[in-house]
Amino acid sequence: MSLSSSAIMAPPSDMTFKGGSAPLRAGIIVFPGSNCDRDAGNAWEALGEGEAVYLWHQENDLRGVDVVILPGGFSYGDALRAGAIARFAPIMKEVTRFAEEGGPTLAICNGFQIACEVGLLPGALVRNERMRFVCRHVGLRVETEASMFTNGYRKGEVLSIPVAHGEGRYVCDDATYAELVAEDRIAFRYAPQTGNFVLGADSGEDYNPNGSRDHIAGILGGPQRNILGMMPHPERAMHTELGSANGRPLFEALCAVMNVRH
Amino acid sequence: MRRIPLANYPAVSPAVYREMGLNDSEYALIVETLGREPSYTEIGMYSVMWSEHCGYKYSRPVLKAFAEYRKAQETGALENAGVVPLGDTGYGVVFKMESHNHPSAVEPFQGAATGVGGILRDIFTMGARPVANLNSLRFGPIEGDDPVNIRNRYLFEHVVKGVGDYGNCVGVPTVGGEIYFHPCYNGNPLVNAMSAGIVKTDSIASAKAQGIGNPVLYVGSATGRDGIHGATFASVELTEESQERRPNVQVGDPFTEKLLIEATLEALATGKIVAIQDMGAAGLTCATCEMAAKGGLGMEIDVQLVPRRESGMTAYETMLSESQERMLAVVEKGNEEEVIAVFRKWGLSAAYIGTLNDSGRVVVKDGGVVEADVPAKSLADDCPTYYLDAAEPEYIAKVQNADFSVLSEPEDYGTVLLRLLSSPSIASKRWVWEQYDQMVQTQTEMLPGRGDAAVLSIREADGRRIALTTDCNPRFCYLDPYVGAQIAVAEAARNLSCVGATPKATTDCLNFPSPEKPSGFWQFTQAVNGMAAACDALKAPVVSGNVSFYNETPDGAIYPTPTVGMVGVFDDGVIPVGQGFQNDGDLIYLIRPTDWEGEHGIGGSDYLSLIHGRDEGKPPRLDLAAEAKVQLVTRQAIAKNLLHSAHDCSDGGAAVALAESCLAGNKGAEIRLAIADYGDQKWSAILFGEATARILVTVKEGVNQNALLDLAESAGIEALFLGQVKSNDRFDAAGLIDLPLSALRNAFEGAIPRIMGK
Repeated sequence: MSLSSSAIMAPPSDMTFKGGSAPLRAGIIVFPGSNCDRDAGNAWEALGEGEAVYLWHQENDLRGVDVVILPGGFSYGDALRAGAIARFAPIMKEVTRFAEEGGPTLAICNGFQIACEVGLLPGALVRNERMRFVCRHVGLRVETEASMFTNGYRKGEVLSIPVAHGEGRYVCDDATYAELVAEDRIAFRYAPQTGNFVLGADSGEDYNPNGSRDHIAGILGGPQRNILGMMPHPERAMHTELGSANGRPLFEALCAVMNVRH
Repeated sequence: MRRIPLANYPAVSPAVYREMGLNDSEYALIVETLGREPSYTEIGMYSVMWSEHCGYKYSRPVLKAFAEYRKAQETGALENAGVVPLGDTGYGVVFKMESHNHPSAVEPFQGAATGVGGILRDIFTMGARPVANLNSLRFGPIEGDDPVNIRNRYLFEHVVKGVGDYGNCVGVPTVGGEIYFHPCYNGNPLVNAMSAGIVKTDSIASAKAQGIGNPVLYVGSATGRDGIHGATFASVELTEESQERRPNVQVGDPFTEKLLIEATLEALATGKIVAIQDMGAAGLTCATCEMAAKGGLGMEIDVQLVPRRESGMTAYETMLSESQERMLAVVEKGNEEEVIAVFRKWGLSAAYIGTLNDSGRVVVKDGGVVEADVPAKSLADDCPTYYLDAAEPEYIAKVQNADFSVLSEPEDYGTVLLRLLSSPSIASKRWVWEQYDQMVQTQTEMLPGRGDAAVLSIREADGRRIALTTDCNPRFCYLDPYVGAQIAVAEAARNLSCVGATPKATTDCLNFPSPEKPSGFWQFTQAVNGMAAACDALKAPVVSGNVSFYNETPDGAIYPTPTVGMVGVFDDGVIPVGQGFQNDGDLIYLIRPTDWEGEHGIGGSDYLSLIHGRDEGKPPRLDLAAEAKVQLVTRQAIAKNLLHSAHDCSDGGAAVALAESCLAGNKGAEIRLAIADYGDQKWSAILFGEATARILVTVKEGVNQNALLDLAESAGIEALFLGQVKSNDRFDAAGLIDLPLSALRNAFEGAIPRIMGK
């Protein structure tokens, strides 16, 4: 495995902070049908201290990147099932090893579907309840601050971040659900702008875009809560001109953590 | 003379070529050109290339009204005509619109999907990365349980699904468009797909074949039997038997298209591709003949080298297939491997199927046998053109002279407003656009429903902003095709101006009934001439377009529908403005010409159609000079940061526009109207009349307000005070309408989901 991931496991004592010499490198995994790869790369580079490294699905090497992003899209056309074929890509072996060793891994939309397919995260994403693709800004309640992705938010805060998917309904068995709750691994839930809803009692018809179990929009996994899978697209919420900048703190938090570790 | 085999094909007879759409004199011309009887394959090739769809045999003489088109045609520069430069960034916008009406009538999902795929290929074949899609869709009424309406609902649902499925997968945002319902589209929906791309202006790819001995490369999907004679199918009216033509409809694969976009742009970047063209209508026939003709060269290909997905395909089938996601490229000899490696990397098949020569002929072989040997120019450029008889239809005089003075005023204007807001043509299309990815590529700054036009900030071009829209009110075009087409252009330009962009260029999709009937051809000629004059006046020349005739069924013809697609560019630093009211206390003004008298009335309005069931009257008067001034003042005010919102008054009139601005901004409004400001017309005309050249703006009281009034005054137009934005839940229009926003929202937002079942 690459040097940087062992560095992640054991941060060196001579930490460098923001403005350090080497840019933080995010490896964006590019499948032939990825279509949010550039958006993810642009979001990372928009922070001013990041560099996007595009990694082709047939590569066998993560080239020492600091962070891995599995972007949105339709990896291989996804006629069978979203992400079902992507799991067999050569690069996924390396991504899996990286993530299992604690490497920060952000899996967005189709990336989330792939992460579930390869078993990096539990559960699965199935066809939206209304059987239609849905693209809109949704309310997203921050359910935990305890992760390298969400520590820039306040718990309970409601973000506005877009979704764009046809298969985003999160499902899992009861045991998995209990585990996610017990381990505080639910990162985001769909929510009305007020943030108020009653779990179990509230159908979420107006704000849950896909019928996900208990409005789950994103979950954490990995040995150090280092994997985040989420259906909404934080990379599309980087500038107010695009309708929201609420995705920016997520990337900033990730950057800050990496800077400390560098 | 070379031996042309006729084995395995039906004998060539008048019945055969007539069935393929050629008439006797055209056939005689082919015999004369070739100096012999054509082979079956050659007849097939001629019939698709000389169809109206590819050869524009009826429309070409009329389209010369478009100045840029005429210039481009005369200089042979048609393909590069449509580039709109983005300031001095070195980048430009290319854009085009195309119809896929007939395929969508029989197979809505695939018809719409391949319509999107086809227009995207037109864009990236120029070396441009597609950045936005728009769609202008028209269907028959979708409410209720009438079998026709149930079918319309099915067509609507599946066209939308097809558009979404394709666009979402290829990663090009669908940022705007329009959807309209009217009985004239029963059984004949219109699917007009528009696409825009960004290209480096110094490296626009060409379709001109060059370099004798250069190899011809086929890339993309394998060729199947789908879509054979698709172009011919598009050139006849729809009938009962049209459903049997479902095999004529192509099948789309957006994943392959996505690969083709990336691979083509990467391959073009190697600089080793001399010429490239997509295979759309008339497939391999069109690509070989047009590329050879443009370069003044010949091309010899062997269909046995063409990747085919079915065995036993004849040369005829191979040449006429309209299988999707295919491109033809001419590559520099000696650099084949570099180009082919790019396509292979993306998992696409790439095969050499022939070479260029100096014969000027396209020769098609099937192994050792010559199947076709025809002059390229003859097919590509020499389609006979006809100037058909045009006669004003009888209905025109009747509808234009209709008398509305006897119509009584509605008892409750609020009820009328709610009915208008909940009529599917006016109601929110959120149900549709939420099925489209509007944001991928993260350049969309004005999402659907937020402003009068879509706005994108183009990353490659230093964030320069562009605006896009499509427009056409077919009722106006039915009542007066000349004025109606002008209003379509004016409204498109107005929508761009309302967000702050300067209109730059136009593309069109001219959807008409059969030109072979004098009434249809008259409508077409009138509309083209009207559109050309309006584009000149508003400085947005037509730079590309498409003609779709034969939009009629045994039950009747569509209303003439010259859909306008328009692109605008923002001056550097101008911040786009939306249509929603923003702040409590902002003042609402109506920017309009000073000589508004006589401009109102309810002729051709949605109000007249919906409430009184009459598609009659004259469309509103359009003064192009005044329209230009109103738009200019709006743009100037936006550039000076004076406005908080801008929205044009069109379908449903001022009352609907005000309601839409309330809903978009979630703000109430208090409107004061004085009947004297409107020439003492009836309230119905003041509220719901659809006069042109009117823009609703909001401005903060004080300095900004005065600056706006100064701008209007110096331009010689009027800024009429209408009222104030309120931070409450009421829409109060002069005491005539007093409704809570929730009622407006329920009508406007709920209508289509209620019809479609959520």
